[in-house]
Amino acid sequence: MENRTSEFKIRMQKNTKAIAYPLIAILLSFIVGGIIVAAFGNDPINAYKAMFKGSLGSWSNFGETLVSVTPLILTGLAVAFAFRCGLFNIGAEGQFIIGAISSVWAGWAFTGLPAIIHIPIVLLVGAFAGGIWGGIVGWLKAKFGSHEVINSIMMNYIAMYLSNFIVMNLMNEPDKAFSFAIADTAKLYRFAESITIFKGSRVHIGIVIALIVAVFAYYLLNKTVRGYEVRAVGFNPHAAEYGGINVPHNVVFAMFVSGMFAGLAGAIMVTGVQFRANNLFGFTGYGFDGIAVALVGNNHPIGVILSAFLFGVLQKGGPMMQLQGVPKEVVGIIQGIIILFVAVNFVKVLIENYTEKKNSKKSIAKGEVK
Amino acid sequence: MKKSLALLLVVVMMMSLFVACTQKTPEPVATPEPTTPAPVETPKKTFGMVTDTGGLGDKSFNDSAWAGLEKAGTEFGVKPVVLQSTKQEDYEPNLGNMSQQADLTVGVGFLFENAMKAVSAQYPDKSFGVVDTAVDAPNVMSVLFKEHEGSFLVGVIAGLTTKSNVVGFVGGMELPTIQKFEAGFRAGVLSVKPDAKILINYTGVFDNPDKGKEVALAQYANKADVIYHASGACGIGVIQAADDKDFWAIGVDQDQSAISTKNKVLASMIKRVDTATYTMVKSLQDGTFKGQVVTLGLKEEGVGYSDGGNNVPAEVKTTVEKYQKAIIDGTIVVPGTIDELKAFKPTTL
Repeated sequence: MENRTSEFKIRMQKNTKAIAYPLIAILLSFIVGGIIVAAFGNDPINAYKAMFKGSLGSWSNFGETLVSVTPLILTGLAVAFAFRCGLFNIGAEGQFIIGAISSVWAGWAFTGLPAIIHIPIVLLVGAFAGGIWGGIVGWLKAKFGSHEVINSIMMNYIAMYLSNFIVMNLMNEPDKAFSFAIADTAKLYRFAESITIFKGSRVHIGIVIALIVAVFAYYLLNKTVRGYEVRAVGFNPHAAEYGGINVPHNVVFAMFVSGMFAGLAGAIMVTGVQFRANNLFGFTGYGFDGIAVALVGNNHPIGVILSAFLFGVLQKGGPMMQLQGVPKEVVGIIQGIIILFVAVNFVKVLIENYTEKKNSKKSIAKGEVK
Repeated sequence: MKKSLALLLVVVMMMSLFVACTQKTPEPVATPEPTTPAPVETPKKTFGMVTDTGGLGDKSFNDSAWAGLEKAGTEFGVKPVVLQSTKQEDYEPNLGNMSQQADLTVGVGFLFENAMKAVSAQYPDKSFGVVDTAVDAPNVMSVLFKEHEGSFLVGVIAGLTTKSNVVGFVGGMELPTIQKFEAGFRAGVLSVKPDAKILINYTGVFDNPDKGKEVALAQYANKADVIYHASGACGIGVIQAADDKDFWAIGVDQDQSAISTKNKVLASMIKRVDTATYTMVKSLQDGTFKGQVVTLGLKEEGVGYSDGGNNVPAEVKTTVEKYQKAIIDGTIVVPGTIDELKAFKPTTL
């Protein structure tokens, strides 16, 4: 009994730290960012006020923040899941694009279905296509040992140009730089349809789906044999193989699931927000942001949700700083600083170094040998 | 224990910071239209614009639109605001955010079509302006340009200037809006040099100067000595290539001679986006603003050419003037599509 309570205490302490350190880092980064804003001749208080007003200040702004949080949770999960298997999935971007374009096709091709059937089909098609796209990279790694970073970067380009080709040639809305639209039955429910406070925002049921997927990812990783194997391969593939785990199999599996998450993000952007695919000028950035989201969130599903939220606030609030006269470039610098401060995790190192020193002094004073 | 208490305190402080920020919001959110009920003196309407992903500093389209708003700003004593978009998906919320605080929201570029439709319906009591695409709504003023007419004139200049008898065209995305430039340019070149070779390339994007440079260098390698671009920020690369290899570039949208360090911009096709945005604000302040589609061509002085680097000789200018007159009085109908170009019969004046 004694043991269990102390164990609980340790876990609680660990959790408080896991939340408190990033929060302190955010606070410090705001101060540094504020100094930079002031150095460029703008009022930092007004700028931050605008940022929070723009992202959290009203229900509709909060809703719009959730619109950008939704894909970030999923691409963050995609990167985090692969990472737990020791794979660095730079290809979430491409998997996102493939998921999006496939779901546009599914949203258009199947007509006459009720929404309750059509929507799951569209989302699954998007997720599955993304999964295949990621799975190819996993298969190349498992079969030929080629590095997943290079392969997934190349797959990003293939995805983007393939998608652009399809948008401009096969599924083109005549004379436009985008594809035709999906059927109404494939569109996700938007909260504004029945909840009036969300009026003016495009927030949709996708955020709920993203949260459910995060819980599912947590369960899959931590509570199933499969997840245990994936993590074992991530810790040490040689030891895992020695322990009887099929490493190539798990590599393909992890990349497939990772790709599914990213593909689902693309499908949700299509069915919830855009209703069509655009001709892309460059990468949309959701997949690349997912890398940062995953790392800031410590590759933990719950951490990913929190860090996706931070990114969403920055993305939605940033433009509002522009309305206060802060140049776009400075807004970008501040966003970078905040993320850097959280990612570096220096607060943890500083505090732990400090307490360690104090403790060792104490123990020396007590005459204990360490 | 003390340590965790301190941490907790910090967390609480931080939370209160967030709360303080969020709680203040109802008051500013409720104030976007304080300008309307002021008595006696007519209140100045506020206005702002949302850029496309090219953003300010493209020395082209967005900058030109912004110049018009700034001019109106000084005239009416209202400081215009700008919101620069980083993603295409952001056009809609950015327009929404802008219209929450400004009376007139201007969206620049044909990519705004869908977002503009949605947002103008969402805020029916606000005014909107859009350039380069027609949005049919009672509160949206759309301005279109006859870019093919302006492109025709620079085509004439290019045709009269080329020595190698090869000229180039660098487009952004291969869309009807850009093909308009191509058609007009080709018609202009063929009118003065029926045997000229015209190289056509599209970069596929609008925001990548490197790609513009690459394509321009390839055309130069194929003997082109005058290259016209209609490719947004890619054109900066086209002009850089002209500096490097010493050939002529022709600018687009506004006078781009300042981009060249060696005065290698022969002329620029001018599209008076600034006139368009200025007109929007002016009609708003006058109270004459209404939802309509306005098309500006050579006749309306919405397009034309400029010679900021003084590179166009006087005799070329006289010829260009002849063509300009012919277009304005309707003797020459400039093709606006590739199909129309095929049917076009070049006439030498």
